[in-house]
Amino acid sequence: MTTISRQKLLAELGRVAPRDALIADEEALRPFECDGLSMYRELPLLVAIPENTTQLRGILRTCSRLGVPVVTRGAGTGLSGGALPLKNGLLLVLTRLNRILDLDPVARTVRVEPGVRNLAVSEAARPHGLYYAPDPSSQIACSIGGNVAENSGGVHCLKYGLTVHNVLEVTLLTIDGEEVILGGPALDAPGYDLLAVINGSEGMLGVITEVLLRLLPVPQTAQVVLAGFATIEDAASAVAAIISAGIVPAGLEMMDRLAVEAVEAFSAPGYPRDAEAVLLCELDGGSAEVAEQMSRVVDVLQSHRATSIKISDGEEERLRLWAGRKNAFPAVGRIKPDYYCMDGTIPRRELPRVLGKISEATQRAGLTVANVFHAGDGNLHPLIMYDANQDGQIETAEQLGAEILRLCIEAGGTVTGEHGVGMEKIDSMCEQFNADELAQFHALKSAFDPKGLLNPGKAVPTLHRCAELGAMHVHGGKLPFPDIPRF
Amino acid sequence: MDCERLIVEQVRHAVAAHEQLSIRGGGSKAFYAGPHQGQALEVATHEGILDYDPGELVLTCRAGTRLANLESRLAENGQHLPFEPPAFGESATLGGTVACGFSGPGRPWAGSLRDYLLGVKTVNGHGKCLRFGGQVMKNVAGYDVSRLMAGSLGTLGVILEVSFKVLPKPASELTLTFDCGQAEAIDRVAAWSGQPLPLSAAAWHAGQLSVRLSGAKSETAAAAEAMSTGEAVHDPDYWRALREHELQFFRTDDPLWRLSLPANARPIGLEGDLLLDWGGAQRWYTGPASAEDVRSAARAARGHATLFRGDIAGIERFQPPSAPLQALNDRVRRAFDPLGLFNRAVEG
Repeated sequence: MTTISRQKLLAELGRVAPRDALIADEEALRPFECDGLSMYRELPLLVAIPENTTQLRGILRTCSRLGVPVVTRGAGTGLSGGALPLKNGLLLVLTRLNRILDLDPVARTVRVEPGVRNLAVSEAARPHGLYYAPDPSSQIACSIGGNVAENSGGVHCLKYGLTVHNVLEVTLLTIDGEEVILGGPALDAPGYDLLAVINGSEGMLGVITEVLLRLLPVPQTAQVVLAGFATIEDAASAVAAIISAGIVPAGLEMMDRLAVEAVEAFSAPGYPRDAEAVLLCELDGGSAEVAEQMSRVVDVLQSHRATSIKISDGEEERLRLWAGRKNAFPAVGRIKPDYYCMDGTIPRRELPRVLGKISEATQRAGLTVANVFHAGDGNLHPLIMYDANQDGQIETAEQLGAEILRLCIEAGGTVTGEHGVGMEKIDSMCEQFNADELAQFHALKSAFDPKGLLNPGKAVPTLHRCAELGAMHVHGGKLPFPDIPRF
Repeated sequence: MDCERLIVEQVRHAVAAHEQLSIRGGGSKAFYAGPHQGQALEVATHEGILDYDPGELVLTCRAGTRLANLESRLAENGQHLPFEPPAFGESATLGGTVACGFSGPGRPWAGSLRDYLLGVKTVNGHGKCLRFGGQVMKNVAGYDVSRLMAGSLGTLGVILEVSFKVLPKPASELTLTFDCGQAEAIDRVAAWSGQPLPLSAAAWHAGQLSVRLSGAKSETAAAAEAMSTGEAVHDPDYWRALREHELQFFRTDDPLWRLSLPANARPIGLEGDLLLDWGGAQRWYTGPASAEDVRSAARAARGHATLFRGDIAGIERFQPPSAPLQALNDRVRRAFDPLGLFNRAVEG
């Protein structure tokens, strides 16, 4: 990577992109200094917002030639700082590539550019009785390119999968501007499943220019049940029992008392305020099937000592019951000036134990944590509340966050279920993976991006960084694979 | 039995000696990977289910574990591998199943093998033991190397352990048959697939379309009523026989082609015998057409053709990808196996 002045880069990129696709003025750069994780901020050297792939290709080739690092950004809703700019790098914003190119209702596929918003896909598909299944909570704003980069989930992924399960093909430009098509409308091509690798690759391997998505028929009906429990343990064992009973809910969410108090104060969706935990369980499918399964779910909830049970009667009530869960983040945001959302995943059976430990760690840190989970797939979102204006609270919140992630690793889980590593969890990666595994990640990146210009410093820590953290065992003063570049 | 140390030592020895290795599981799918080349590395004895908790919907086992053993263990708990992997023989192991990446009749609706793969433990071409993914369903820490192993034919390392998401078996299954031509079968399945029906498999051969419905009993019965006025035919063995290539269609010594096409692609005009699975997304062909004609028909339909069984002199098993993708595949292979130790007989 080389250092280049803003003016020089502007002049070079001006040859391949129109002036209004380039932002160099410091005031105008300011809105791009962070993504959805505002704890980390950095002003980019320059912002480029290409209008088409020809400009995009020219921009990439120029950066490759000049050795300028490139951070790709979509709608900027990411929660791990994956689109945090580099001060010596270009921020490549793909929001203008926002056309729905081809929706084929018979093949049940849609071809989109990366800047198309997640919800816009389902809106376009709806007249055909179809929809796009992954529904991250930011779906009104987040874009498909970012969804692929983060392998986004949502509340329905236990049944309908993550982004990786719903993408058929990705067209990618390498940093040299070469086009590679991964996957396709025909299933299971021979050769490596690089499509699987692109999903969740956090902008480290290539720049996405087109995505072919799979659409599903809208289920005939959906119904949700809300249950309160006197203990977290009861709620957690009810989750396992529902799944052991052979039912795969479309959504299975849990919230603790603090989160319930927050949403009741925020929008009063009618959650039981006396409960230590509430479960939301949604079933979808044909009406006969939903009715049959709902009665079995209610049996399970009762036998696991649910203190209250409310079944949605009609679409309006179903949406109202969901509104509580969907507003959990802004509701918590009203209690304290700032919150920090964690994203670990653990085996479900570890839920009560890990929650107990989170609670102990929170008390030691002198902070408050509200817990919301995608209980069906063991994905925790502890919301650490703090006040950035008080000295040292950001650091305390970050330390508590790292401790929570450590608990997830110890429980056999992972530091990130759906928000990505980005900048935020880069150090926790040193705990989840050993040096050989990290070296393998770097080797894979080099296969796509030999010069290491795409989003450097994110997602996978350098061995050097981990060694400095002391989290990694270095044998005899030698790191494995001494020939692998470290930066 | 835990043979991890033995396997790792053998790989490390090969690294030191620059020796080629040919990874072997149960041998049930040896026809697909080309002739063995180099020292045999046996994985079949490295077997055993390591962790299975039905409430977690996750199972972890060693790569040499027999597919049949694992499936019966799941069945005891009313669960299954939803991608219905073809075994092609009693000796089939999970490692080989992952390396080949095949999925059965339910694939377009339930998902593929890689969709259910959550984690792997492997030995790479440096002789290092690595873990990727894990035992949880949502995991975006690091690149998804686990899924990359699916279909990699042992060229990226030795698979030691695998973790899968498993699901409850559907409460009921029902098969309907219809007499119709190929084009009509394709259209019918496409139309049904766009509706919220519990479709779980669709195959056509010789003027007969078979459709499987899976789900709650009330659901499959209601769907059957909506789809057909005819009588429901329930042949529980049909889908297994299709999956295992035991139907009469597959009993031939002629080369067998697998064409993967968009499901609604028009019938391909090749003289010979054709069987459609996956609602038309996977088409099996045997007949007199030349390899060139088969491949150009597949390409014209935006798909690809694999010479699945049998050999034709001078014909590659896999349709070559575009030049940039081929170059990328080569670099990825070297990223895992820089010395070129593993399964050199596999093209690519």
